[in-house]
Amino acid sequence: MAEQDLIIPELGEHLPTPDIAEDALADVRSYPAKPQLQEALGFPTELVEDWEEKAIAKMGELLEKYRSLRLYLDICVKCGACTDKCQFFLGSGDPKNMPVARQDLLRQVYRKHFTAGGKYAPDLVGAKPLTREMLDEWFTYYHQCSQCRRCSLFCPYGIDTAEISMAAREIMDSIGMGQKYTNEVVLKCHQIGNNLGIPEAALRNICEGVEEDLEEETGVSIRVPVNEAGADVLLVAPSADFFAEPHIDGLIGYAKVFHQAGISWTVSSHASEAGNFAMYLGSYEHMHKVSTRIRTAAIDLKVKRVVMGECGHAWRAAYSFLNTICGPWDFLDPNYPIPQHICEFTQDLIERGGLALDPTANDHMTVTFHDSCNPARAAGMGGYPGGQFEIPRSIIRACCNKYVDMHPDFIREKTFCCGGGGGLLTEELMPVRIAGATPRLQALKQVMDNDGVTHMAAICAICKSQFTAILPKVDMDPDMIVSLHQLVSNAIQLGAKD
Amino acid sequence: MAYDFQGKSIDHDEEGFITDVGDWSPELASFLAEQEGIALGDEHWEVINFLRDYYNEYQIAPAIRVLVKQMKKAFGPEKGNNKYLYELFPYGPAKQACKFAGLPKPTGCI
Repeated sequence: MAEQDLIIPELGEHLPTPDIAEDALADVRSYPAKPQLQEALGFPTELVEDWEEKAIAKMGELLEKYRSLRLYLDICVKCGACTDKCQFFLGSGDPKNMPVARQDLLRQVYRKHFTAGGKYAPDLVGAKPLTREMLDEWFTYYHQCSQCRRCSLFCPYGIDTAEISMAAREIMDSIGMGQKYTNEVVLKCHQIGNNLGIPEAALRNICEGVEEDLEEETGVSIRVPVNEAGADVLLVAPSADFFAEPHIDGLIGYAKVFHQAGISWTVSSHASEAGNFAMYLGSYEHMHKVSTRIRTAAIDLKVKRVVMGECGHAWRAAYSFLNTICGPWDFLDPNYPIPQHICEFTQDLIERGGLALDPTANDHMTVTFHDSCNPARAAGMGGYPGGQFEIPRSIIRACCNKYVDMHPDFIREKTFCCGGGGGLLTEELMPVRIAGATPRLQALKQVMDNDGVTHMAAICAICKSQFTAILPKVDMDPDMIVSLHQLVSNAIQLGAKD
Repeated sequence: MAYDFQGKSIDHDEEGFITDVGDWSPELASFLAEQEGIALGDEHWEVINFLRDYYNEYQIAPAIRVLVKQMKKAFGPEKGNNKYLYELFPYGPAKQACKFAGLPKPTGCI
């Protein structure tokens, strides 16, 4: 297993804006999706013959459908505010990872085909044809964007690069140029019900194992029910919560919270995935198909509420799209948010005195919180502005005596992406992932050095996996990443109530 | 992409995982391990055999937690921990042991 040539960053006191390093990440390319995989998703199996024509037609279709896309492509004034805001640029110096440059890959072609200036005076307006070379650059650099939308926050016009990169990926899929990792995950979700491809029997085996461990550990019979019709709550967690570390400690936390609240709940093998990778493809059709599994499961299991687990883009897909994509959800109890985030659920219990928490249980930790990009910038929580920042912090503070925030420029809505979101959490993109993680790790190191931070909590499966993979590469301890509900799990006093 | 093994061509993916579980044999496992500088001993086989049994039953590799627990049950706490598994398979049981066992690499948000 040959390691790629990885550039391991040195983490100093501050993160300097890097010198321009042309093509620093130009050779780091996603694996293409194989014909079989493309076919299974209804995409052309390989690059179609008349790909240029088809791509332009698809672009035209998307421009008609999404007026925002046309606006974003028209409105950029090249002010430069975004240039040093993307973590992939900050970590690599590759100028094509400046958001404006990433957008321009599509914008140049847009200008050529869809604007008068581009048709009659292409050189004056920077219009370019879609050549094979350009298409290859699309494939490379639109798969070096985690769709985290940090740049859009600093753009005076609010141009959303995520939407542009989704459009580019949708165009590429439509002409037979899919990315293996994301497409494979979407297909597994369609076929098996979750991104990892955990079949029902395995899901039951895992949940029963967790129940056994919990009973052994706590002496209390705490359930992790699968497919239990008539439960009040359907919990939709990322499948990594059943599989990976430290994710599964979060699942244990959810189980303890439900147990202590005395609310019946279940996971579903049909909708055993919160994440919706189809969002990364920009494909409405596939997003709809993935989301509909949740609806079907909620109806079949006759639940009253749907609660989403710790999963970043799942929360975006659920919070922003669930209702429009596969609503109405009028069969659920209207007294609760539809859908509800597990953090909202836990916070509500804490506020109502439904959970007894002993923060000294986490006294061996000084904790900081990594705001995951999708909850931070693409969703809300608690029904008030900034709830998505306050609620997780409030839960952590209730569970831990020692909490420290990272530098204010790098948290809350200005948070950095972990570097692994948006379909990048795959081995061949490791150099991109290391570059993208660097700004966050820099900010983390600062609070480790200055404030004695020992652990960083997150509410996203991808963030947890990405940091766990990257930390050892910079000689940091991967076990310092914890699930937020792991902290709750440690602090919760079973059987006791305030 | 294919291994040339015992006069047979065995397809694998970009990371060296065989694409057809049916192509697997214990000899192939040793061959794959050798390529990564590992000579498979009894300890490695304890893990590989469990992975294969689990896969045959559940059509997915076991979660690390399940693997650790099973190793602990079968062989005691000194073998039922992450550190031990990483010593046997430096690139991680999920990646490297699955590869030798001929299982597809679990991918997703992990």
